Amino acid sequence: MARSFEAGQAVRVRDDYPPGHIRTPVFIRGKRGVITRDFGEHDNPEITTYELEGPQKTLYVVRFRQIDVWPDYAGSKGDTLDIDIFEHWLEPA
Amino acid sequence: MTDATSSGGHDHIHRESGPPQADDKVHSYYQILGIALQELLIEKGIVSADEVRQMIERRDAITPARGAKIVARAWTDADFKARFLADGNAGAAELDCPMTYTELVAVENTPEAHNVIVCTLCSCYPRELLGLPPSWYKSREYRARVVRDPRAVLKEFGTEIGDHVEIRVHDSTADIRYLVIPRRPAGTEGMTESELEDLVTRDSMIGVAEAKTPGK
Amino acid sequence: MRGPHDVGGLEAGPVDTTTHDMSFWEKQIDALHALVGDEKRGIVPKGQNRRYVEALGEDVYNTLNYYERWTATMSQQLLEKGILTRDEIDAKVKEIRDRLEATGELELGQGEAEKI
Repeated sequence: MARSFEAGQAVRVRDDYPPGHIRTPVFIRGKRGVITRDFGEHDNPEITTYELEGPQKTLYVVRFRQIDVWPDYAGSKGDTLDIDIFEHWLEPA
Repeated sequence: MTDATSSGGHDHIHRESGPPQADDKVHSYYQILGIALQELLIEKGIVSADEVRQMIERRDAITPARGAKIVARAWTDADFKARFLADGNAGAAELDCPMTYTELVAVENTPEAHNVIVCTLCSCYPRELLGLPPSWYKSREYRARVVRDPRAVLKEFGTEIGDHVEIRVHDSTADIRYLVIPRRPAGTEGMTESELEDLVTRDSMIGVAEAKTPGK
Repeated sequence: MRGPHDVGGLEAGPVDTTTHDMSFWEKQIDALHALVGDEKRGIVPKGQNRRYVEALGEDVYNTLNYYERWTATMSQQLLEKGILTRDEIDAKVKEIRDRLEATGELELGQGEAEKI
């Protein structure tokens, strides 16, 4: 099921903990951010790491406000954190 | 440079002759294991001593000067900067410093925003433009803390970012590489591109420091 | 569940910001790693390396430094492909240890001698 998101759309990172090689860090799971960039389709390293072929997935940059990621964030309210995340890790928020 | 021949009838890489430097002593089992892998692979003809030496030389030849060249051009040529921001690989290729193996995204420091790069999951780094990454970039301390407390980490590098400036941390989790275009320092009007290149440090292209000011 | 490499946001001490030139040994491992993984040899498929490092486990990942980890995964990959055997590696390690002792280049840290 291909998921497609638009720039500016609010998304949430899946709060899942599946086995295998994963490129979505634990600290960002379940967090809400905004799509800022669409990098287009890419090989999915979570599959290709096993020398398997799989469908390409769209890679997005999602921007998070640091205050939404860390409950005790000590910096400025405007600070952000950008992460490259594949479509299958995102849900509409 | 290195001498691929050896005593004992098998090829292994010797450093330049002379007493071993303190930092080049062998301290751990894994270091010995590394040497063992190399010698075995050379004995079996899977790699050659020459290939290892050439690869070392090739990697040593890549320094942050490549990235600095691109930044200096971006500072002096607004159209180039726009192209570089839109397509990092194309911009780098224009200046004969191509990123051939991975995608490159350039991010720009402005009066409103300061960017800093990390790879929390391993140590992805734009090697083709900056050379080999410094130990701290690969360290647990940097990777764990810069996403969570970038201002404190930047302070450890002697860099203070005002509260009115947004800090944007970029965690390169997929196979994208990032390069920061630091702000052009004040007092550099009229400097040549080559002079400007000297102000662009590796640390400023990672985002833990600003570019050098002239005269420093 | 968190792999040992997934450290973003964890507690950690100050960053050691001093820059050391890479030691020659480190450059060798870096070069060897690139050669072993290149297209000419085809020994290690691209993309395999990171999951091997992640699979080292918490203790090993945190005890070894960056290039020691690459050494560990490379030896694993070479053993798996049958390119090297454990006996060969053990014999070579002992040979090198003896050689380095003779030239004065060996200065094993605490606990390292027992591993050989």
